[in-house]
Amino acid sequence: MADIVTMPKLGFDMKEGTLVRWVRHEGENVVKGDIVAEIETDKATVEVESGFGGVLRKILVEPGTVVPINAPIALIGSDDEDISIWMAENATSEIPTGHIESEKQIIAEKTGDSKKGASFPISSGVPARIRISPLARLLATERGIPLDKLEGSGPGGRIVRKDLDSNLATPVRQQASRIEEDLKVQPSKLRQIIRRRMVEAKQTIPHFYVTRFFDVKRLLDLRMQMNAALPESDKISINDLVVKATALSLREFPNLNSSLQGEFIVQFADVNIGVAVAVEGGLMTVVCRHADEKSIRTISNEIKQMVSRARSGKVRSEDIEGSTFSISNLGMYEVYEFIAIINPPETAILSLGSAFEEAIVENGTVKPGWRMRATISVDHRVSDGEEAARFMRSLAKYLEQPVRLLID
Amino acid sequence: MTKITMREAISQALWEEMEKDPSVFILGEEVGVWGGTYAVTKGFYDHFGADRVKDTPIAESVIVGAAIGAALTGVRPVAELMTINFAFSAMDHIVNQAAKLHYMFGGQFVLPLVIRVVSGGGRQLGATHSQTPDVVFAHFPGLKVVTPGTPEDAKGLLKTAIRSNDPVLFIEHATMYQVRGDVPEGDYTIPIGISKVQRTGKDVTIISYSKGLELSLLAADELAKDGIEAEVLDLRTLRPLDMEPVISSFKKTNRAVVIEEGWKSFGVGAEICARIYEEAFDYVDAPIKRVAQKEVPLPYNKNLEQSALPQVADIVAAVKEVL
Repeated sequence: MADIVTMPKLGFDMKEGTLVRWVRHEGENVVKGDIVAEIETDKATVEVESGFGGVLRKILVEPGTVVPINAPIALIGSDDEDISIWMAENATSEIPTGHIESEKQIIAEKTGDSKKGASFPISSGVPARIRISPLARLLATERGIPLDKLEGSGPGGRIVRKDLDSNLATPVRQQASRIEEDLKVQPSKLRQIIRRRMVEAKQTIPHFYVTRFFDVKRLLDLRMQMNAALPESDKISINDLVVKATALSLREFPNLNSSLQGEFIVQFADVNIGVAVAVEGGLMTVVCRHADEKSIRTISNEIKQMVSRARSGKVRSEDIEGSTFSISNLGMYEVYEFIAIINPPETAILSLGSAFEEAIVENGTVKPGWRMRATISVDHRVSDGEEAARFMRSLAKYLEQPVRLLID
Repeated sequence: MTKITMREAISQALWEEMEKDPSVFILGEEVGVWGGTYAVTKGFYDHFGADRVKDTPIAESVIVGAAIGAALTGVRPVAELMTINFAFSAMDHIVNQAAKLHYMFGGQFVLPLVIRVVSGGGRQLGATHSQTPDVVFAHFPGLKVVTPGTPEDAKGLLKTAIRSNDPVLFIEHATMYQVRGDVPEGDYTIPIGISKVQRTGKDVTIISYSKGLELSLLAADELAKDGIEAEVLDLRTLRPLDMEPVISSFKKTNRAVVIEEGWKSFGVGAEICARIYEEAFDYVDAPIKRVAQKEVPLPYNKNLEQSALPQVADIVAAVKEVL
C-alpha cells in the first residue's frame, strides 16, 4: 500500500492551502524529510516535507489548486507497487477543491483572490540550524543582529556571548559595504509578498489619516515604576503599554476592529493586536490575541517571545495569524510621526512616533513635558474621520491616565 | 575567629547544645566509652554520663528507631551512624518513619531528631563502606539533608539542626575531620537551606558541597593562575535546596560546572543542571558540565580509588571545557 502525502495543517485556523509548486516529480526517489512541494496558506508560503521515503508515484493535484487540509496530494510507494486500486477506489471522490465557509474564505471570495492573505514565508529562507547558545540568541535578538552574520567561536562553531560582544562594537546593520557598481537584487520571497500586499492595500483601500499627540509623562513614569519591580527579562516597553491601551479603546470602537468583507463589515468579537516587527529583509506582524483581556506583563512577554521567534526564523503560523488591528512603531528611531499603510483585510492601523521632551504651553505658561504622536490610518469605506478622532481621544484617555490600563 | 578542625567544630556544637539543653542526648555505636569512631564525642561520656551518651548495639535500625521513638516523646536525640553506608539498614526508619511522621499524624507530632552520618570515600574502606549516596536521602520530602563543607558551617548548621523540630540528616565527610577553618567565637547558628558563595568570581560558577567544596576551592586557586576567576557556590544543604544564589551567579557567569563526590547518574549535578536550564535557560552560554565519581563500586586499591573519585584536575579540566 502506497503512503499518502496530505495537505498539512500549519496553523490552528488553517482550513486549506494552495499548492504552489511541485519540487519533486513523479518517478523521482524521495527520502523521508525531503521537500516535495510548496504550498501557500492565507498567511505564509511553506514547504511540504514528505513523511515517507520511496518513489513519488503519483501527483494528485495540479499547481494552483486549493486543497483542504488532510486531503491527499501525492502517493509515495515502491517502484513496482500497483497503485491502480487506490486510484480506482478514490476516483469517485474527486480531489476536493475546498468549500469551506470560513471567515477567510468569504473574504477571499469577495475580494476575488483567494491567495492574497497576509503571506509570509515560514520555512523558506530560514537558514539551516544555527549553533548558538540560548544566551547568545537572546542577546542577538535584543540587539537586532542577524544570526547568519555571526561567526561562532565556541565548540563546533557554536555562537556564544563572546562573539556577540565583539560584534557589538560594529553593529552588523551598519556594516553594509559600499556598492562598487549597479547591482540587480532578487527580492526575497518576503519582499515579494510585501510588495504585492502593499500595492493591493494602497490601491484598493481609500485611506484617511488622523494624527494626535499624547501627553505621555505619566505613561513614562508608570513604565519606570513597573520596570523597577521587574526582572531584566520582563521589562515592559512603551509599545506594550500602547498595545494594551489600543486594545481597550477598540472595545469601545468595534467598527475599527473590523474587516470589510464584500457587502458586510465584520466586527470582530476578539481584539487581536498585530505588532509590526522588522525582520531581515522585510517585516512581519505578530499577533497578541485578546490583548484587551491580558495583563501588560503577559502582553509584553508574549510579544517578546513572538518577536524572538520571528527574528530567528522560527515563527509559528499562530504567531502571525488572526490580527484584527495593527500597530506599527518607529518610536525607537526618534521619529516624529509617520503614517502606515493598512494591513489588509483589517480596517485600520496605528503608527507610533517617539516620545519627545517638549515645551508645552498650558494656561498661558510654558512648561516642560513629554509628548508622543500617533497616526491612525483608516479604511474610509468602513469609517470616517469623526470616529477615528473619537478613537484617538479614547486612546488618549488610557495613555494620559495610564492607571486605567491597570484597572480595565 | 579561631581556627579549629571540622571535628572540633562538630564536637563543640554537640557539647554546647548538650550543656544548654538537658533534653539533648547522643546515641550510637561506640559513641560513649570509646569516644566515637571519628573521635567526635571524645570526653562526652565522662562529662555528661551514660544517660546522655548511650552506646548501642551494632544495629542501625535500632539506633534510628529508638531515636525516633525518643524524639516523639519530646527529647532531642542526636543519633550517630558510623557511616552513611549503614544507614541503608535503617532506611525504613529514616525515609518511611522519620521523614513522614509529622505529615502522617497531621502535624500532631514533631520530630526533633538529628541523625549524624559519615559519608564519602577516599580512606580505602572498600566498595561497601566508601559510598557517597547523599543524594538518595535528599530525594525524600520531609527530611532535611545538611552537608557542610567548612568548620564554621558545620558548627552553625549542627546547632540549628539540634534546635530544629524537624528530622535532619547531618552528613559529615570522612576525609574532612582534619580540615581547619575560622569559626566565630561564642554561640552562633546558621540557618538550614541557604546556599553560600564561598569565593567570588566572574567567569564560571562552580557549584558543589561538602568534600566537593574543598576540591572546588583548590581548583579555583589553580584556575586563578590562568587568569580564570571562578565563583564557588556551596549548597550547604541538599534539601531544602536553595537555588537563588546559584541562579544569580549563573546569570552573571553564564557557565557552570557542578561537582559531587557521588555518582553522576541521577545525581546532584543532574538536579542543579535541570534547575538552571528551567530557570535560566536564556542565560546559558555553554552546556553545563558535571564532575562526579566514576560509575563503578569504589575500589579498595589506593590508586584506583583516587582515579575513581573526582579530583581537582578534573574540575580544572571541566571548567576549561565550558569556557
